[in-house]
Amino acid sequence: MTTKTPPLAEQLKSGLDAPICLTWELTYACNLACVHCLSGSGRRDPRELRTAEAKDLVDQLAELQVFYVNIGGGEPMLRTDFFEIVEHSVTNGVGVKFSTNGTYLDRAAAERLVELPYLDVQISLDGMTPEVNDAVRGEGSHAKALEAMGHLRDVGFEDFKISIVCTRHNVDQLDEFKALADDHGAQLRITRLRPSGRGVDSYHDLRLTNTQQRQVFRWILDHPEVLTGDSFFHLNALMTETGDPNLPGLNLCGAGRVVCLIDPVGDVYACPFVIHDEFLAGNVRDAGGFARVWRESALFTELRQPASAGACASCGSYDACQGGCMATKFFTGLPLDGPDPDCIHGHADEALAAVAAGGVLVPRPSQDHSRPGTVGVALTRKR
Amino acid sequence: MTFDAGGAHRLSPRVGLRPEPFGALAYHYDTRRLVFLKDPLLVELVEALVHHPSARAAVDRVVADAARRPSFLAALASLAGSGVVEPQHATLRETA
Repeated sequence: MTTKTPPLAEQLKSGLDAPICLTWELTYACNLACVHCLSGSGRRDPRELRTAEAKDLVDQLAELQVFYVNIGGGEPMLRTDFFEIVEHSVTNGVGVKFSTNGTYLDRAAAERLVELPYLDVQISLDGMTPEVNDAVRGEGSHAKALEAMGHLRDVGFEDFKISIVCTRHNVDQLDEFKALADDHGAQLRITRLRPSGRGVDSYHDLRLTNTQQRQVFRWILDHPEVLTGDSFFHLNALMTETGDPNLPGLNLCGAGRVVCLIDPVGDVYACPFVIHDEFLAGNVRDAGGFARVWRESALFTELRQPASAGACASCGSYDACQGGCMATKFFTGLPLDGPDPDCIHGHADEALAAVAAGGVLVPRPSQDHSRPGTVGVALTRKR
Repeated sequence: MTFDAGGAHRLSPRVGLRPEPFGALAYHYDTRRLVFLKDPLLVELVEALVHHPSARAAVDRVVADAARRPSFLAALASLAGSGVVEPQHATLRETA
């Protein structure tokens, strides 16, 4: 189509009147203690939004025509008003996709969920076997997730999602995950590991090797029906090497431009992977509510300015990969205007080695909701 | 379903349309698909469909530049393919 306007991606970078979708962590409470939990969840924050505040937030999102929210946590089903909030949302035109570890998704819950319009369920699983999964997500979590999937299948919940964070330990199981999803009438979703929350400590043990990243890139291209949340856009740098087409999706960092995160206490961050004071834009309890934070915060205004390619300016892949993920760079101690630590060309290797050698202050998450004594699953670094 | 430019169409009632500086975002609540309408004129056209006896008539009225009309018809065909736009009597036919 002929238009005089700049390309869509360029326009999206300068921001939208409201997010396309946003992530809303309902609670920091969680029965599990996954080693890569991006919100460092465990204990409930006593300041978390009350039921009436949560429903008021839904009304604000409906007013802004936010079409759907990704609800997560923590474990959102731990909130006693979980169904009340979800039902309020879907009946007001704000669709819900919620992520759960499945522990509390029993037969009765599945029967209630299947009756709701505009609702998607996403069960987290990080290994096809208890051995691989439970090393990351904790003892018994594999069995619980599979039980929940069974309930959803039994009540006829079509197209629920099975969501995998790709790690070096489960990357060879992608075909099996796909078969599991097919067997349940579900859709597979695979996403990129980030060094956020407790992931800041497990990232280097779990992240994909360069060879594995290439394997995932090919696998995604071969399985266009698998969802990725656009999370592997840094791999588009491979396009210039292989001549492959772009991965599907917008292929840009949407932080503060088309997405954001609302945390359990109403704090608004640029994206789900940067729960850190430096990326805190405001709070939905502030005057003007969420809309004012989205439209007027200094942080989001800055994120919508054209970004500098920095050290990536001389690389022929920059247009394809956009320098990768801001959150991943931030929490690995790399400059935000340089290569992603998982740069497929290895352009970050030197900087990563310098960080590992010491002398660079690597940011830590600004808050930690871990329950004392729950972390410490033994990981082995598989080469 | 193939797109019949001679038939009457409308914006699907299952679709939410949100105005944006570049045009609009269209979200299909059934398929959960998000579609970008990258031209304000296309948004105007989609909203006008329901008032015209055919998609072609709507294009002829809304798109002043005749040279651009084929591309707008193609865009409508694409939107029909994703369910954003549908024949005006789609629901009746399905339930008949």
